[in-house]
Amino acid sequence: MDSVKTATQEMMNNMSELEVEVDKSKAPVGTTEMEAKNVSVWFGKRKVLEDVNMAFPKNSVTALIGPSGCGKSTFIRTLNRLHELIPGAALAGEVLYEGSDIYAQNVDPVHIRLSIGMVFQKPNPFPSMTIRGNVLSGLKLSGMKRSDHDDIVEQTLTSAGLWKEVKDRLNAHAGDLSGGQQQRLVIARALAVNPHVLLMDEPCSALDPASTLKIEETIRQLSKEITIIIVTHNMQQAVRVSDYTAFFLAEENKPGYVVEQGATTEIFGNPQDQRTLDYVNGRFG
Amino acid sequence: MATDTPLRDLSGGKRAHRGDRVFNRTITGAAFTSLVVLAGITIFLGAQTIPVLQDQGLSFLTTTVWDTTGVPPEYGIAGMLYGSLLLAVIALVIAVPVSLFLAVFMVFLAPAKLSKILTNLIDLMAAIPSVIIGLWAFYVLVPPAEEWQQLLNQYLGWIPLFANDSGNFSGTPFMAGLVLAIMMIPIVTSITAEVLKRTPPELINAAESLGCSMWTMLRYVALPFGRGGIVGGIMLGLGRALGETIAVFFVLKIVFDINFFNILESGGGSVATLIVSKFGETNGEFEVQVLLAAGFFLFLGTLLVNALANLIVRRTERLRS
Repeated sequence: MDSVKTATQEMMNNMSELEVEVDKSKAPVGTTEMEAKNVSVWFGKRKVLEDVNMAFPKNSVTALIGPSGCGKSTFIRTLNRLHELIPGAALAGEVLYEGSDIYAQNVDPVHIRLSIGMVFQKPNPFPSMTIRGNVLSGLKLSGMKRSDHDDIVEQTLTSAGLWKEVKDRLNAHAGDLSGGQQQRLVIARALAVNPHVLLMDEPCSALDPASTLKIEETIRQLSKEITIIIVTHNMQQAVRVSDYTAFFLAEENKPGYVVEQGATTEIFGNPQDQRTLDYVNGRFG
Repeated sequence: MATDTPLRDLSGGKRAHRGDRVFNRTITGAAFTSLVVLAGITIFLGAQTIPVLQDQGLSFLTTTVWDTTGVPPEYGIAGMLYGSLLLAVIALVIAVPVSLFLAVFMVFLAPAKLSKILTNLIDLMAAIPSVIIGLWAFYVLVPPAEEWQQLLNQYLGWIPLFANDSGNFSGTPFMAGLVLAIMMIPIVTSITAEVLKRTPPELINAAESLGCSMWTMLRYVALPFGRGGIVGGIMLGLGRALGETIAVFFVLKIVFDINFFNILESGGGSVATLIVSKFGETNGEFEVQVLLAAGFFLFLGTLLVNALANLIVRRTERLRS
């Protein structure tokens, strides 16, 4: 029991350290990396998302929060054109990446997905590949030619906070890693193709608290260089890692929409909408 | 150290429930039935084979003579054994790519409705009796297929495989292989589609988010994931091709000499078809035994192919993990 207590204590300490590090009042400076304009989404005849407008400043972390089924994951999938791969999916509006519409006729979705990487809820390394193979798989799958493979492997695994744990067994199978390690491996894999934006769809929901903390550290580190958009059901996580927060909500049988968005400190400290206040205080959802 | 604590008897748990006990015995019994049947076939055929081998020696397997009236009569099934294998290979070469394409189309490309219709049609195709396929091939497929063979020969005849000196394109190994391929396609397609459908969606997600095309997703994710199952499906199809009798009977001209690789030349061999075509005209017990001995070696061959396939599947699995 004592050891459990100590571990918990240690974790709490780590968390508070993290919170100190994070400057959550970071004002919207610099350029806009991505922007969603009047985005509405349908699956078949059912409208699931209504008129979302949101800007993502360069090198910031934006958290999308809200109850299940309110369209957060759907929204995030419109940002790198994964949405369109679902049969019956439709979209209205514009998604701008570095100023140009990613849904324009002449845009190759493959290029978009390489610039805007994604990490999913369940860690999904390729089980038949080695750790090294997984990191490099993005290059292989997309046909990118790069010669400095060893450097890429070391760099991205370091960025993902996994290098120290796996550097001596890069040729081991990815399936041998723990869930948390697999998720960081997947982050390294997404980073290897050099994206400018990383989308994360509940990246910690399948992980234990210690692994979650490691991923959050990774997110903070990465946000110095890339823009991150993260869907999370964990309020504390949103507070810990994000600069901005958007609160999504869907009434029964109605499409989801954004109730309120802004600096994370504002959304959690001084929300303008009663529903936001209720949600961030755990009163519903 | 509590090493002195005695081990507990845990076997009681397995015996506890009476329903479970009955169920377990039934299942075990059913499982053993298949072994008993297999053993029964082997013993029966083996017993018939011994006198044939005693009389004919190994030349039964290595020669191509079939002289029922000679003194003494001589029998050799080398051409038949080789022919069965050749037909299976031709069928594989045609059926495997077609089945893979069809399965990929059904699982990843076709709209849901079309995919469902195709799945049902293909399952239906697998249920067509082989005698119907044979009759259909004889009346409908053979005339145009002879022209296709002529075209193949005309343009690719410089390759020995497609040579034809006689000008006779009927009853060729290619024709029989084509019919076997038609019979294999539903089996291989159905199993391959089932396996591809099981590709974990999170792996497909991963591949898509890494900007890969449909082709690379298949090559690096779906096909490696399903490799064991797909090879298994191909082997099931191959089993059908090796043992198929009636459909081949309609389209292949049986000759005892070995037709090594002239697949567009009239005449080839097939153990199963040999048995069915000679069975009605046997003269005396020994000739029946000769045919049963031929069956024994066909049986042995299919077992061998299956064992080999298992080995391949297991080895690729081991290389992966």
